[in-house]
Amino acid sequence: MKIVVCAKFVPDATADRRFRSEDNTVDRAGVDGLLSELDEYAVETALTVKEAGDAEVTVLTVGPEQAADAVKKSLQMGADAGVHVLDDAIHGSDAVATSLILSKALAKLEADLVVFGMGSTDGGMGVVPAMVSERLGLPAVTLGSEVTVDGQTVRIRRDGDTASETIEGTLPLVLSVSDQANEPRYPSFKGIMAAKKKPVETWSLADLELTPEQVGGSSAWTEVVEVTARPARTAGTIVTDEDGSGAAGLVEFLSTNKFL
Amino acid sequence: MSNVLVLVDHTAGTVRKTTAELLTIARRLGEPVAVFVGEGVADALPALGQYGATKVIALSNPELTQFLVAPKAEALAQVAAKIEPSAILISSNAEGKEIAARLAVKLDSGLITDAVDVVAADGGAVTTQSVFAGNFTVQAKVTHGTPIITVKPNAATPEAAETSPEVEEFDVTISDAAKTARIVESKPREATGRPELTEAAIIVSGGRGTGGDFGPIEAFADSLGAAVGASRAAVDSGWYPHAYQVGQTGKTVSPQLYVAAGISGAIQHRAGMQTSKTIVAVNKDPEAPIFELVDFGVVGDLHKVLPTATEEVTKRKS
Repeated sequence: MKIVVCAKFVPDATADRRFRSEDNTVDRAGVDGLLSELDEYAVETALTVKEAGDAEVTVLTVGPEQAADAVKKSLQMGADAGVHVLDDAIHGSDAVATSLILSKALAKLEADLVVFGMGSTDGGMGVVPAMVSERLGLPAVTLGSEVTVDGQTVRIRRDGDTASETIEGTLPLVLSVSDQANEPRYPSFKGIMAAKKKPVETWSLADLELTPEQVGGSSAWTEVVEVTARPARTAGTIVTDEDGSGAAGLVEFLSTNKFL
Repeated sequence: MSNVLVLVDHTAGTVRKTTAELLTIARRLGEPVAVFVGEGVADALPALGQYGATKVIALSNPELTQFLVAPKAEALAQVAAKIEPSAILISSNAEGKEIAARLAVKLDSGLITDAVDVVAADGGAVTTQSVFAGNFTVQAKVTHGTPIITVKPNAATPEAAETSPEVEEFDVTISDAAKTARIVESKPREATGRPELTEAAIIVSGGRGTGGDFGPIEAFADSLGAAVGASRAAVDSGWYPHAYQVGQTGKTVSPQLYVAAGISGAIQHRAGMQTSKTIVAVNKDPEAPIFELVDFGVVGDLHKVLPTATEEVTKRKS
């Protein structure tokens, strides 16, 4: 079985994330980045499936030069090979364009099982798995908190707002997993050394039979009009509880602000 | 005026509050046309009329509810092809976002998710979203095709505008390709009697500091008529179900009042609650980052502070 994990390189959430002033896109070059934490769960899922049977795990990323780090981390965790779609024309692509690039690459890789995290930690739309499923005409089982692969059948448990559902589909298929699905492994020293010898291919848009006009900021179907930094919250009142004074202060605050 | 499609979010005909919000927003952009999928349209009709739906398009093909979201997206695409709406509004929950994603590809249209506000402007709808853990506000618009916008709960205050919409049955054709992922089992969540987390006006959340005992959290929440939330640390420890997790990988909430008890306030949690109107925290650690966000903070043990506060609130309310 050929498993492909789609992984995203994102600005570190604990760093000072910002937008580029010239085109209102996420600044990916000037900020420390890493493999999106939520994609580690997707890598872990792929590795678990591989260890239970016969499979090859390829990690696929679309992004600037530094995005190679997302591939590297996945290889260190245990993925077998990497593909990095790298092309200057990709900058500014929205979710719809990104799903087009991924779909072409996934078709070229002839993936049987495509695994995504539940969303990225930067854009956070969580829509790309469904778009890729739509483009490739493959079934999608999404937001799995528990995943089992049994022959050709993939079954997940999804904990929704109103119900806990069991959902299944047949390979080839698109799967996304939540952060409840597993505990991602840390790369071992052996894994880190082995990763250096694993094959990573770099593909351009031309390799995917796409033209620059089909992707990137100029053809994005959405436009950010304005970006505003949220004003810092003004410092509030902080009291230290002594013999019930904390509770009294709290209730007084709620009462004054009409929450009672 | 142009038509604006609103996908109705309901449980067996009981319309959720978010739909009233969507209809209110749709009226800013054009004439709201409600699309109702599944059984119970007659029960839903009064609520849809109350918030100004000019027409209700009912889709009752049983395959629509049996096979996850792909058939719903296909059906909406067929409705859109006939109605030619100027925008499509969908609730920003897991299912809504997935339907919207598929629809965007089918209709060659731009998609905006998680809008916290939508206004009419020259050239169509302009949305507001809160990004990067609430540290930035972004205004955006769709520049190609039919704008598809998913809207978060509490994005608008529902405003009544009584209409008596007609129901039009609409026949859809579902392709075999859309019927490939199926729901084999569904266990409804047990009702807690508390407000829905994403829709609640007040939320009381507990974290690591509860030590696993959510009793004081629930009691305080009940005294305020609030929903209960939990931090990722509490959920990962198995103390509270994941459905109640507030944060980047759980729910993003924006209530009038958010009470964080025993929650340090890591970026992961802040991402889910930073846009709350008023924030209150109770935490033993005076250095906890949550205190940077609060309007009112108590440095103290939640196991002492909350029960006393609960008693006092109950007394004042009675």
